Amino acid sequence: MTTPELVFSVLALIGAGGAVLLVTAKNVVHAALYLVVTLAAVAAVYLVLTSEFVAWTQVLIYVGAIVVLLLFSLMLTRAPIGREALDNQQRGIAALVGAAILGGLAYLLNDAFRGARIELEPTFTADVGEQMFSTYVLPFEVVSFLLLAALIGAIVLARKEDA
Amino acid sequence: MIRLPLVLLFSAFLFSAGVYGVLARRNAVLVLMSIELMLNAVNVNLVAFSRYLKDVALGGEIFALFVITVAAAEVGIGLAIVILIYRNRETVNVDEVNLLRW
Repeated sequence: MTTPELVFSVLALIGAGGAVLLVTAKNVVHAALYLVVTLAAVAAVYLVLTSEFVAWTQVLIYVGAIVVLLLFSLMLTRAPIGREALDNQQRGIAALVGAAILGGLAYLLNDAFRGARIELEPTFTADVGEQMFSTYVLPFEVVSFLLLAALIGAIVLARKEDA
Repeated sequence: MIRLPLVLLFSAFLFSAGVYGVLARRNAVLVLMSIELMLNAVNVNLVAFSRYLKDVALGGEIFALFVITVAAAEVGIGLAIVILIYRNRETVNVDEVNLLRW
């Protein structure tokens, strides 16, 4: 086991643990904090995979913005405490479905990519920017338009109606 | 050097946890958190395959950035809807919001 693999394994265990705690937490605020753990672990995984720009975007957008947004909406809505209040009655079936998806994916992926290895080479943020504004400039514009539409939609939805 | 199946297994685990969360939770905000988990699993796969295939156009990384953007838009709209539902119905439990049920 090489050093990057060891680091990745530790980070993956942290992230997986955070994910399990997130979906089983009894308190919604704790769930949001476990989400931070998982998102930060995923950001660190990006760093191990040498994709530093994606890693910092993950930290900025996910940990910085989305989690704060989720926490604010938890504060604005009354969230009860306890598994019975937060979960529905399908917990057993849901666990079954999740385990089936995990088992199926693990079998298929291991079957298809057995022995495949990622050779780590540094990637540079300059290259990401260059590709983003040359090869992928049209998707970039479409995504920015989508973001603008979402922004206006959120304002329209959340605004108080004054008759 | 990292074995690719390890990364894919991590991503599959995150995705399954997200699926469980979406199916088992009844609080809408927790459902949205579980959706974020699934989107993150996809992003890990995109970046891992981009590194594995040594993509010179960096398609995986850039697509992961697009997914992050779309996730931000989705959470913004989703939470606006959740707050609107709470204002009208005094609840955010997805099984109690059955106004459109036939």
